[in-house]
Amino acid sequence: MSIMKETSPTSVPELDFNTPAAVLHRRIRRTKDKAATVGVGVGGISVIIAILLIFLYLLYEVIPLFRSASIEQQATYTVPVTSAQTLYMTMEEQAEIAMQVTANGEVVFFDTLTGNTVKRQSLPVPQGVEITSFAEGSAASHLLALGLSNGQTLIFKHRYKITYPNDQRVISPFLDFPYGEQPMEVDTQGAPLTKLAIRDTEAGLTLAAVTQDGRTPITQYVKEEDFLTMEVQLVQKSIELPVREQGVLSLHIGPSQRWFYVVLEDGNLDVFDLKAGAQARLADRVQAVAQGQRITEAKLLLGGISLLIGDSQGKISQWFMVRDQQNLGQYKLQPIREFQLGQAPIVNISVEHRRKGFLAVDAQGMIGVYNTTAERTLLQETLVKGTSNLISISPRADVLLSLNQAGQIQKFHVDNEHPEVSWHSLWGEVWYESYDEPSYTWQSSASNNEFEPKFSLMPLAFGTLKAAFYAMLIATPLAICGAIYTAHFMAPSMRRKVKPVIELMEALPTVILGFLAGLFLAPFIELNLPGIFALLILMPIGIVAASFAWVNMPRQIRHMLPEGWDAAILIPVVLVIAWVSIAMSHPLEQWFFNGDMRAWLTNDLGIPFDQRNALVVGLAMGFAVIPTIFSIAEDAIFSVPKHLSHGSLALGATPWQTLVRVVLPTASPGIFSAVMIGMGRAVGETMIVLMATGNTPIMDANIFEGMRTLAANIAVEVPESEVGSSHYRILFLAAFVLFMFTFVVNTAAEIVRQRLRKKYGAL
Amino acid sequence: MRQPLDKWLKSGTPWVWLNAGAVAISVIMVIGLLALIAVRGLGHFWPASIVEAQIQAPNGNTSLLIGEIVDTEEVSAAQLRSAGIELPESATFVDRHLVKIGNRDVYGSDFSWVLDRNIVERTYPENLIAIERREWGNFYGYLLAVKEAGVTVAEQNAGENRIWDEFQARIERALTIHEAIYQIEKHEIGSINYALERLRLKQRRLELEGKDTPENLAELDAERQSYQQEYHALEARLADLNKEFNRDSFVAQVQDGRTTEIYFSKVVRAYQPNAMGLGGKFAFYGAKLWEFLSDEPREANTEGGIFPAIFGTVMMVLLMSVMVTPFGVVAAVYLREYAKQGFITRVIRIAVNNLAGVPSIVYGVFGLGFFVYFLGGHMDDLFFPEALPAPTFGTPGLMWASLTLALLTVPVVIVATEEGLARIPRTVREGSLALGATKAETLWRVVLPMASPAMMTGVILAVARAAGEVAPLMLVGVVKLAPSLPLDGNYPFIHLDQKFMHLGFHIYDVGFQSPNVEAARPLVYATALLLVVIIALLNLSAIAIRNHLREKYKALES
Repeated sequence: MSIMKETSPTSVPELDFNTPAAVLHRRIRRTKDKAATVGVGVGGISVIIAILLIFLYLLYEVIPLFRSASIEQQATYTVPVTSAQTLYMTMEEQAEIAMQVTANGEVVFFDTLTGNTVKRQSLPVPQGVEITSFAEGSAASHLLALGLSNGQTLIFKHRYKITYPNDQRVISPFLDFPYGEQPMEVDTQGAPLTKLAIRDTEAGLTLAAVTQDGRTPITQYVKEEDFLTMEVQLVQKSIELPVREQGVLSLHIGPSQRWFYVVLEDGNLDVFDLKAGAQARLADRVQAVAQGQRITEAKLLLGGISLLIGDSQGKISQWFMVRDQQNLGQYKLQPIREFQLGQAPIVNISVEHRRKGFLAVDAQGMIGVYNTTAERTLLQETLVKGTSNLISISPRADVLLSLNQAGQIQKFHVDNEHPEVSWHSLWGEVWYESYDEPSYTWQSSASNNEFEPKFSLMPLAFGTLKAAFYAMLIATPLAICGAIYTAHFMAPSMRRKVKPVIELMEALPTVILGFLAGLFLAPFIELNLPGIFALLILMPIGIVAASFAWVNMPRQIRHMLPEGWDAAILIPVVLVIAWVSIAMSHPLEQWFFNGDMRAWLTNDLGIPFDQRNALVVGLAMGFAVIPTIFSIAEDAIFSVPKHLSHGSLALGATPWQTLVRVVLPTASPGIFSAVMIGMGRAVGETMIVLMATGNTPIMDANIFEGMRTLAANIAVEVPESEVGSSHYRILFLAAFVLFMFTFVVNTAAEIVRQRLRKKYGAL
Repeated sequence: MRQPLDKWLKSGTPWVWLNAGAVAISVIMVIGLLALIAVRGLGHFWPASIVEAQIQAPNGNTSLLIGEIVDTEEVSAAQLRSAGIELPESATFVDRHLVKIGNRDVYGSDFSWVLDRNIVERTYPENLIAIERREWGNFYGYLLAVKEAGVTVAEQNAGENRIWDEFQARIERALTIHEAIYQIEKHEIGSINYALERLRLKQRRLELEGKDTPENLAELDAERQSYQQEYHALEARLADLNKEFNRDSFVAQVQDGRTTEIYFSKVVRAYQPNAMGLGGKFAFYGAKLWEFLSDEPREANTEGGIFPAIFGTVMMVLLMSVMVTPFGVVAAVYLREYAKQGFITRVIRIAVNNLAGVPSIVYGVFGLGFFVYFLGGHMDDLFFPEALPAPTFGTPGLMWASLTLALLTVPVVIVATEEGLARIPRTVREGSLALGATKAETLWRVVLPMASPAMMTGVILAVARAAGEVAPLMLVGVVKLAPSLPLDGNYPFIHLDQKFMHLGFHIYDVGFQSPNVEAARPLVYATALLLVVIIALLNLSAIAIRNHLREKYKALES
């Protein structure tokens, strides 16, 4: 009784819960609890945000690729020399100093922001001789030439010296005369040169002109280096072309000094092949613009391979020489693509110095910014005040100067970071310079500055799918069949052993699989090619034959094996079949393929064979994907409620019928999601593909050739790409594509799986 | 009871058997692969016999070949003929051996293919020696003479074995000196260089902050002077040691009768495999295995050990676990215990689950762009302006690699921990709450301890995944050869900004980027074996913990 009394609540009035210590303790506990709630909340949410960050950051790196160009005016002033016509205008690297070349032989360097003259110099034009024409070498070479009224030409370069007195950058411009201050002869008859073209390379110098009396003299100087003195000697060679028309707009010489383009105002475009020297002949003649239109401007694109033709209706077309498909050994001038800038005649085209892009201005002052490879119009805006005359883009393509007829210069800042990328250039067929036809090509870098980067993701996406396809071809049947047997037929005791073994496969680092594929499997397959194919054919036949033999064994023997252990007796069978196939390989090769299947494939069938090919990748990556598919599919089949299959069996269906009619239909969404997740893994796998193929970005489904996948491409090229460049961002885009692809596929699979789980729950 | 074929086919049983076959094939593939790696990897350390073979070419020329037979394969005669090798008409298939003939300095390449049919006679002379060298790969041949400072002190004919002990003693001496030189070069001079570099950065920092007063500079200068003096003293000692080191040499004869003189300073170890007994071979095997695990790589990673790679992998994985465990657990606890269960949590759960399936290279790209260039670049501007333009954290390194892998594996930890939390019966939580514990107390005292095995499982699986991942690491921090370990005696002891070596990348690099793949192959197999063993052990322990855990809760639930 007394004990009861003591434990009853009424008997402990002396226990005070509100002592200061207890209150404090409670307060501390409450604070701790709140702190934990806040801490866990903040921590948890921030982890989830960090995960989201991946998506956002990839997007952040990718988005600038698709931004258009923008342009804004920074200053306007009058050109230093207004008394004579401006022949040419350009800028140095930093775009701080510009240069004006005038028709009276003056070169003026001026500040691009204020128009203040920095330096003024007269060119050494001989007394009594006038300047009659002007020509520019390639934009990056800084080489310029003046055609004179005595049939000669004066060649000069504008150069800039950068010094840092007192840590301040000072740019001092000067002129350089690489071929001497004496004019060089182009026309031996001394007639005034009305049009001029120049091309200077390490191999030689070519000067071409049209004279006032309608001839086209061409002078080539071949540079020959003296072995002893290292001095360069010029050997002169003259060619005279038959000119058939008047009205020449401009002349252009290609970089190999083979193609010579004569642009005629009436819309005709003549190409001469200078390779034959004195016998130079017309290679092609085309009508470059629509009937009734005139050509108003022509410029060579960076690298000098493409010719840009602007017409009197605002259309600009790109042309280059392409091997003629009908006439072997012949070349023809091919229209590649067109851009439309307003309706007014094109007045001037300025070509970018580092990229295959250009800017054009029309008579109404509309400026267009374009990229040829990407076939992209980045900007079209009427910006020029008055009648436009000349435009000039800076070497870094960030500053544009525009000069109007009244001598007014407008300076613009151009923001045009990634013009070479467009949906079309990433996923479509692009006709690249010097290619015979449009193609899907990935070639991100080359030694040459004038190289046209080829950013087509198609060959990489194709390679990715090809690798995934062959991997799935091998993995799906093995994994699903294995899962069916393990989940439905196998004895539980064996299942407990087999499942971990196959799941251990999943943990194997792919670098090991890749290394074995590249260094062991690839040479092995090359050596035993017929055996591998024999294996693929013999394996199912052999297994069925062995099982039939087993079923017909005497009962005593059969009963030694407990039910559901069939797979165990197949292990030696599989080993024997594999051994037989490989042993058969060499005799087979001898009988059917003349001793060398690889040579037979290449020579007789015309199928190229790489040692590290899609078959190797398929096997190795199949191996990597099997456990993924297996374990998910196995789970799905195993969790089909047992009473369904028991009911079916009780109604007299065979185990196989039960499986096919009852179990598989129920589990099929789960199997589907297993395949999807496996696919996701195959698509993103990097190391196996990197090591087991040659990594050449080709578009060919041939099982005996390699591929380059998106993932492998990222691994190979990201470390070498310049941060923030288009190439870098395109690789981020590739990563983003992979991310989205796997994320979407996995989400779909996961949703299917969750639905399935709910359905089983209902059953 | 004989089964008629048609009935058997109709019953669908063959399909069942085919399915069984698929299981059998999968199991064989796994076990075969592991066996292949194990055999090749473990075989690497066994001292192979050196064969001396008489070769008779089809044109009648005979020659002698000394080396280890590495590989034998059967090739079709047609292939060989198209490669320009003469064979009689009757031959269809011929065996050929890949022989490691070593002596790259003498022959130019250290492997040679020999057709089995051309070998007239094979012998295994006991006094053939194999020498592992610091450069030019292995040497195989006969020892002729030992020289000290250019003077012959012991001599024998090619068939004899008298001076072997003398030879071994001098190798011992050279190795001792090498150890001393290594100690000075790597550790003592290394730390002086490191200190000098820190002084330079300190000075630069003072300049940047405008505190480069003459007093401060003088102080730095004095410090520099003392280091310089120390350095000169060490240099003098090093010169003496080097002189001693290069004193002795020996003369040996190679297969074609040429002789060559080799300095003892270039020798790592010498042995006579044909004369070794089984015990000797085992002892040798143990020594090689220990060298593999504990030594640094030699000869562009194709010889020697892989200790820096093991160390780098362990460091990276440890750092990663330190980062991934708290974050993963907190996120899981939030999702399971604190967040309101509903559509959003379901979406988050699916998203987290799927992140485990996102290709690892994507994480690598993210790590490079965000961690290295973005975060690292800004950190350099803020905290390490003195080192610019050389980046400190704005370049791939250990910290970014671990952080990237932590991000990559955090879904694994979240999923595993959540699973563990979900398994804890509600009654347990309710009991705790009913006794007056707050939610935090319940979590800390009851729920988390019970879920700890699940967390462990998650962390182990994360570690196993991280240890085997290579693709992202290639972008965010591994190198083929790190000059120093990321943990050493120089302040601040852990160098998070340094690049490190990694087992998986080592496999890729040595197997595919090495100039002498053939020579490196055994080492790659051994490295692969080590990696597989580590990862298999980690996974098996995770499985064991998981099973243990299930047993435990079975008792609770009933």
